[in-house]
Amino acid sequence: MTIRKPASAAVALMLVVGACSSDDAATIEPAAITLVTYDSFPDAETSMNEALQAFSSETGIAVEILVAGDTGTMLSKAALTVGNPEGDVMWGIDNTFLSRALNEGIFEPAARPVGAELPPEFTQLSPDGLAVPVDFGDVCVNYDLAWFADADIKPPTSLSDLIDPAYSDLLAVQNPATSSPGLAFLLATIDEFGDDGWQDYWTALRNNGARVFDGWTESYYGSFTGAGGSGRPLVVSYGSSPPAEVIFAEPARKEALTAVIESTCFRQVEFAGILAGTEHPNEAAQLLEFLVGETFQAELALNLFVYPTNSAVELPQEFIDFAVVPESSRSVGPERIDANRSNWIDTWTSLVLG
Amino acid sequence: MSALPRRVIAALSIPPSVGLAVFYVWPLLTLSFRAIDGDAVQTTLGRRATWEVAWFTLWQAVVSTLMTLVVGLAPAYIVARFNFRGRQLLLGLITALFVLPTVVMGAAFLALLPDGMNQSIAAVIAAHVVFNLAVVVRTVGPLWEQLPSDMEGAAATLGASPWRVFTMITLPLIRPALVAASSIVFIFTFTSFGVVRVIGAAGTRTLEVEVWRQAIQLGDIRTAVVLSILQMVMLAAVVVWSSRAQRRYSQPLGLEPSARRMPRRGSERRQVALIGITSFAVCGAPLFALAARSFSTPSGWSIAAWTQLGRTEVRPGIRLGIDPLDAVRNSVENALWATLFAVVIGALASLAIAAARNTGRFLDVGMMLPVGTSAVTVGFGMLITFDQAPYDWRAEWWLVPIGHALVAVPFVVRATVGVLRSVDPQLHAAAATLGASPTRAWQTVVVPFLWRPLTVGATLAAAISLGEFGATSFLSRSDSETVPIAIEQLLGRTGSLLQAQGYAMATVLAVVTIALVAAVDRSHQLRTLARSTINGPN
Repeated sequence: MTIRKPASAAVALMLVVGACSSDDAATIEPAAITLVTYDSFPDAETSMNEALQAFSSETGIAVEILVAGDTGTMLSKAALTVGNPEGDVMWGIDNTFLSRALNEGIFEPAARPVGAELPPEFTQLSPDGLAVPVDFGDVCVNYDLAWFADADIKPPTSLSDLIDPAYSDLLAVQNPATSSPGLAFLLATIDEFGDDGWQDYWTALRNNGARVFDGWTESYYGSFTGAGGSGRPLVVSYGSSPPAEVIFAEPARKEALTAVIESTCFRQVEFAGILAGTEHPNEAAQLLEFLVGETFQAELALNLFVYPTNSAVELPQEFIDFAVVPESSRSVGPERIDANRSNWIDTWTSLVLG
Repeated sequence: MSALPRRVIAALSIPPSVGLAVFYVWPLLTLSFRAIDGDAVQTTLGRRATWEVAWFTLWQAVVSTLMTLVVGLAPAYIVARFNFRGRQLLLGLITALFVLPTVVMGAAFLALLPDGMNQSIAAVIAAHVVFNLAVVVRTVGPLWEQLPSDMEGAAATLGASPWRVFTMITLPLIRPALVAASSIVFIFTFTSFGVVRVIGAAGTRTLEVEVWRQAIQLGDIRTAVVLSILQMVMLAAVVVWSSRAQRRYSQPLGLEPSARRMPRRGSERRQVALIGITSFAVCGAPLFALAARSFSTPSGWSIAAWTQLGRTEVRPGIRLGIDPLDAVRNSVENALWATLFAVVIGALASLAIAAARNTGRFLDVGMMLPVGTSAVTVGFGMLITFDQAPYDWRAEWWLVPIGHALVAVPFVVRATVGVLRSVDPQLHAAAATLGASPTRAWQTVVVPFLWRPLTVGATLAAAISLGEFGATSFLSRSDSETVPIAIEQLLGRTGSLLQAQGYAMATVLAVVTIALVAAVDRSHQLRTLARSTINGPN
């Protein structure tokens, strides 16, 4: 690992010197470990990074953040480098990729169990504890409040409403073969209509004028009327999009512009784990423990726009005001997803795009 | 040109060959051996879907290439032959369209299309044409600019119509450059990724998109690698043809430093004005749309995205961890290194290719291959190859500029070899007769012609690196966010401020690219001027 910037080298050196001088008896050099993560994880300057620095000064373990691309890229790379990983701990494998990650054997068990106190609804997804649930969020159909108010139409409230002719040509979705929210939405429909029913639902959705985009950015900014796009007041996006629209509104605003249809929400849970083959298993376990601890978990909401899995953490006010945690989000088990993913995507492609 | 001692040619070709072998061939072979077996080949090639994707990839690339050539000749002509106000700006605009990240430009382009046309194959091809104009203009331009004007003048004096002069004299003379340009455009459109994903209808797939989908979304590296090799084989055929055709068509010409002048007659002025204004409109519109989006918010126009661009704290207490200034610094640093690597390696390779007869062909085709290889494959190949001491390089900062240079070198080579081959051998013979040693004769006769194409190549290399597409986006990075990555990050989040900031950064990238191209062209013009003053008029 090369530390590129003299400044960070100096900081690392200070950490090392500081750690050594404060503990004269122990001469073991503290390790520097690497946290491999996806590209929306900030690598500097945020309060999340400050929390990580606090961890470093407390334990003497320097943490370098290595950004490996989007979640799919990160996992494919981890699968290619099992046993000789790019880093020590990985953050951000979600439940749609979890089985693939576990089957590829990218994680190794921690020296001592981590995250046992987290809610069982999350920990049961990886029963052997190899992958530790670190955050969750939802993918939901978002709607433009003003558009429905102006048109004097009641917004849809369920997946079945979306194939109602009253809502024809209003929905933008993403291709599940190329987009993670797209896949989550397909899974929501599979959860609702079952193995034999989702195909008919999608045929109806297509006939009702749902428009498919390959990526989230084009669908949300290009077509969603709630975000300056044109034509579509309904879009598949995140459960956290409404609060983000308020927090990052320009000009600043206090009321929500958009909302989610709760019953369409699919739960995405993200996991962290120790990469198989790490040279620093003890330090990695320490970091993993810290990642699910209250200090770090409290930073997640406003930095990553996800919910902490650690239930002891209090959420910031903006989140409480504008974000909805659906009472019961939809989910499909990781093994079932992994076993059927290709098949579902192929069927979907020929039904909807063919 | 020829007559270089064998060992000099060999020495010239060693650095490019070694670079290619270490940073391209080795990773590719490592990944292939790891991922492929007979079974994977059989299932992948046995699938109907594979051949449907391959066929689509091929025909859209052929159509895109032909249209780019036809459309691109007009701006190439005025830029090569005439001095006019706004010439450098136009060159900059055209180049910016080529190098800006396709995901960003795609979104801007999409906003311009009439409703019925978006998300269609026609829109994909139109975008390919506009984004690749730079290749035709910048590859054909340098040769066209230095063509001796006396032949055309003579033909015109003898009563040939301008069209006849063009088809009988100019076209055959610029044919090697045209072949070179078409092979580059073909490779880019054949491996199109961003444009197809953003502008094409959902599910439109080239082989490049399919490789990515298999490797990243479905986690099927085996299928991905087989498809990637299929893509390479199809492209290699084209590259070999183009390399042969370039040799066949190239002929010694009495090149002049530059035959550019102000348009003279009324009809000539009108022609230049018409082509110039149309080109400005077509190339300026997407960039204008891009800039407009940085001022646009759901409730009207605002400059907030710009006033807050340098600020890392976007809202009280909230930072995104995206530092635009830092990103610009990283991008510029990468671009400088990538340009240095690409120019040195590209110059050596060009000299070797132009001087050698048969061995040159391998190098020529070889240098071109990285551009035509799926980015996922090269990136993942590097990941699993450079993973052990003493070559544990996967986290080294210089791997990124080297990755950029791999893609940029062929542009330097294409721009340079054509010009070198056209150097009149009589000059060489004259120098030898006057008692110069072969190496010295070569220095005096050939080397002066190197600067112009090398400058062009360097500009493209820097611009390619700034726009950063390809394999390096599959390398992991630590604290070295570049501008295209920062843009993607901003556009990947919810919030009107962040979206506007993303477009503001894209505008910055466009302006930097345009300024870079204009500056290089200007400095070159001054040097040419200085040289012709010293040497006197030809």
